[in-house]
Amino acid sequence: MQFQVNRRVFLRAVTAALVAGTTFPLLQACGGRAESPTPTAASGTEASPEPTATAVTTPMTHAPPSPTGAATVTPVARGTVGGSLTVYSGRSESLIGPLMDQARSALGIDVRVRYGDTAELAAAILEEGGRSPADLFFAQDAGALGALAREGRFIELDTEILERVEPRFRSPQGLWVGISGRARTVVYNTDQLTESDIPASILDFPGDERWRAKLGWAPTNGSFQAFVTALRVLRGGDAARSWLIGLKELGTRAYENNTAIVRATIAGEILAGFVNHYYLVREESQAGRDLPAANYFYRNGDPGALINVAGVGILASGRNQEPAKALVDYLLAPEAQQFFAERTFEYPLIDGVPASPKLLPLEEIQTPNIDLSDLDDLQGTLALLQEVGLL
Amino acid sequence: MTIGIGKAQTQTTQARSRRLWYGRLGAPTLIVAPAGSLAALSLIPLVYLLVRALEGGEQTLATLWRGRTLDLIQNTLVLTAAVTGCSAVLSLPLAWLTTRTDLPARRLWSVVAALPLAVPSYVAAFTAVAAFGPRGALQQLLQPLFGLERLPEIYGFTGAWLVLTLYTYPYLYLSLRGVMGSLDPALEEAARSLGHGPWSTFLRITLPQLRPAMASGALLTALYVVSDFGAVSLLNYDAFTRVIYNQYRLAFDRSGAAGLALVLATLTLVIVGADRAWRGPHRYHRSSSGASRPPQRVRLGRWTPVGLAYCGGLALLTLGTPLAVIGYWVVQGLRSGNPFVLTWRAAWHSTSVSLLAAALSVAAAFPIAVLLVRYSGWISRLVEFPLWVSYALPGIVTALALVSFGARYLSPLYQTLAMLLLAYLIRFLPEAVGSLRASLLQVSPHVEEAARSLGHSPLRVWLRVTAPLLWPGITSGGTLVFLTTMKELPATLLLSPIGYETLATKVWNATRELFWSDAALPAFLLFLVAALPMAILLWRQQPTEWAGTPVSGDRERQARATGSNW
Repeated sequence: MQFQVNRRVFLRAVTAALVAGTTFPLLQACGGRAESPTPTAASGTEASPEPTATAVTTPMTHAPPSPTGAATVTPVARGTVGGSLTVYSGRSESLIGPLMDQARSALGIDVRVRYGDTAELAAAILEEGGRSPADLFFAQDAGALGALAREGRFIELDTEILERVEPRFRSPQGLWVGISGRARTVVYNTDQLTESDIPASILDFPGDERWRAKLGWAPTNGSFQAFVTALRVLRGGDAARSWLIGLKELGTRAYENNTAIVRATIAGEILAGFVNHYYLVREESQAGRDLPAANYFYRNGDPGALINVAGVGILASGRNQEPAKALVDYLLAPEAQQFFAERTFEYPLIDGVPASPKLLPLEEIQTPNIDLSDLDDLQGTLALLQEVGLL
Repeated sequence: MTIGIGKAQTQTTQARSRRLWYGRLGAPTLIVAPAGSLAALSLIPLVYLLVRALEGGEQTLATLWRGRTLDLIQNTLVLTAAVTGCSAVLSLPLAWLTTRTDLPARRLWSVVAALPLAVPSYVAAFTAVAAFGPRGALQQLLQPLFGLERLPEIYGFTGAWLVLTLYTYPYLYLSLRGVMGSLDPALEEAARSLGHGPWSTFLRITLPQLRPAMASGALLTALYVVSDFGAVSLLNYDAFTRVIYNQYRLAFDRSGAAGLALVLATLTLVIVGADRAWRGPHRYHRSSSGASRPPQRVRLGRWTPVGLAYCGGLALLTLGTPLAVIGYWVVQGLRSGNPFVLTWRAAWHSTSVSLLAAALSVAAAFPIAVLLVRYSGWISRLVEFPLWVSYALPGIVTALALVSFGARYLSPLYQTLAMLLLAYLIRFLPEAVGSLRASLLQVSPHVEEAARSLGHSPLRVWLRVTAPLLWPGITSGGTLVFLTTMKELPATLLLSPIGYETLATKVWNATRELFWSDAALPAFLLFLVAALPMAILLWRQQPTEWAGTPVSGDRERQARATGSNW
């Protein structure tokens, strides 16, 4: 008997919750189309008055200024474009969420963003075919952009936009353009090593017993993949294979991602690891102090000096190409480029916006002579990694 | 008085007399039609995979033969077997201690033992590395004391095995707990009176009665392990799901991935087949008149501390570790001046959508469970297999299949809440089906027949007699789906309405970019929101105390009172 009462109470509660659960999102969906009360996903109840002031210590966005209202207030000369736009972003919300808010208010565009994994979103766009709701794809690396470009999913971008960025950081066919740069570096533990301990070329790591079980890499990580592809393109498949085998025989430890490598290096679990430059900078800014690790930048055209980009392409199937173009324009304007320099610690790619002083300036890094579009041949790299037994 | 674990025979005569009614399928159309259409929905991912794999042609085959497909299958099978086996070993004493002994604070332990299910495997893996990894918290704690330089390796098989065992054993524990608490002691008593000792009675009488519960719990555990990506990728174990993800992530090769996923689907069929064979065509309800009593409680006496240590140690390991690490992140974040933003919106989204998914799945599970239990045959098998296969496919595969299907054929619904719910339904329906089936197995058809003979219509019998008896199965199935939906990522990311963030996506988003302190709060909320309803339900479902007076009366009341069967 007692249990029956419980059940009734429970059922009543569930019913109430269900009714609320169905109506609330429905209401939201209806409202969303018309005026989009809070288009930013990160916002909700977490509003705070100033948008970007405490940038470094608060990586999450806290200020979703109401798009239409703020557009009139923000002193941006760019003029409001209006309309709406759907972005599929492989870059995470904690990184570019605030930038999307800035763009919303500066352009007066209702920018709606679906965040996810770059490759999964690329696969989703391919699955959706011509019916894709996406207008713009913001990818973490050039490989994914290359894959969609190869399938003819992007329109050609305007020359004026393309030419703001050096040719080494954009599609030769003009189908996608880099927005920010990410250098490959060797992160090393400064308690146990000095800069002079790092070999002059990344190719000199294998065979040196000092590194036995003391190096870290992330074979499943896209940036590492891109690096291996670059190695294949630059020095041939055999050289890439022997580099991989050499390091594997040294007992190089595999990690899930760059973050894990950086943390392992800081902790002294390994001496050094192959990563992108900004993970350490970001970890330090989050810790609020210098950590016992540093980035080593290759600069002399060594394969280790590869710089990959995060970039965008406009979808041919999109229904909002004008707003999409306006957003690309915005992302390659000083305001947004500044954001990448200061907030994500990546390299700005347009002239006149300096990178973080903690980094080696872009001009000093002579990247290997490679077309980033060639990095979309990941199939061969995958085969190589599988053959070597890393995947 | 006889209680049968023998082959079911009574149904054949009944079936014969009803055949005219039910048509050639051997089951009422009212049951077959909804069950069949749900099975058809579950076929979407499989059809998608076939289409994609065939598209790839020779390329797909090349992907399958290249590299270490066989090694990886073996890895996945070894991990699955190890995790399932160890979960059984962990859960049996737990279920016994919390249902059949006088362990102090039994009620509390029985709830706590189920809570690891509320921790997503990616959070569990993250925190396990932070705590037990090389130079993790534990090592740094022990270093000054014992000069310990290195802990045993957490990456690889050990880590994946430990983490998955510790966070999936509740599937088995819950189903065992339900049955153990309501086992009819008559059989055990008969065995003891015939001269069997306690151990022999346990092995020969009790354990066989636990078989269906074991089987359904083990199947959920095993298939969860097969489909898991979060833990194996963070702990660096080369399981089969990793190659599938890599095929998407690195090669943008959907055909190759589809081919590999089909291999995984075949593997699932083998596991489900093995489960069916092991389960056998047995009957587990009382076959004669008379009511069952709750079993006698064992006095632990001087073994009490051991029992407490076992329950407490496990709780410390499974819940203490992630909570401590999350707490540490919160403190770190506060110290570096990171303002905490409460994520009520995400919490609300998570809760409401998971509740909806749970209600939907339970409703959908009804016809399927009835078909499986009461009308077992080729058609029930046909309905059952696709369900399990969709359950065992890695999330990204199902998500992409629905992206493809939804954008093409359901475009008005695409990326709406309805679409997301459909995805959850397809992914997690078997959890509800499993629970309902286990409950239904214990309900004798005679009870319904009695009600029919008293003049009630079939529908009325269902609503008034059968459904109340299934209440434990309903709540347990609903809770399982609620929990799993709460933790779900791939489908949520691709199919939710745009900007619809949940606690799981918030955690994922923050951890992916190193922002531990930002991940901490949503992770904690996620645990809380998931754990609370489960704790309340379990607490209420405790077997009623029977201080000496045997409960008499009909079986319905009995089942209701004992709240049997997860």
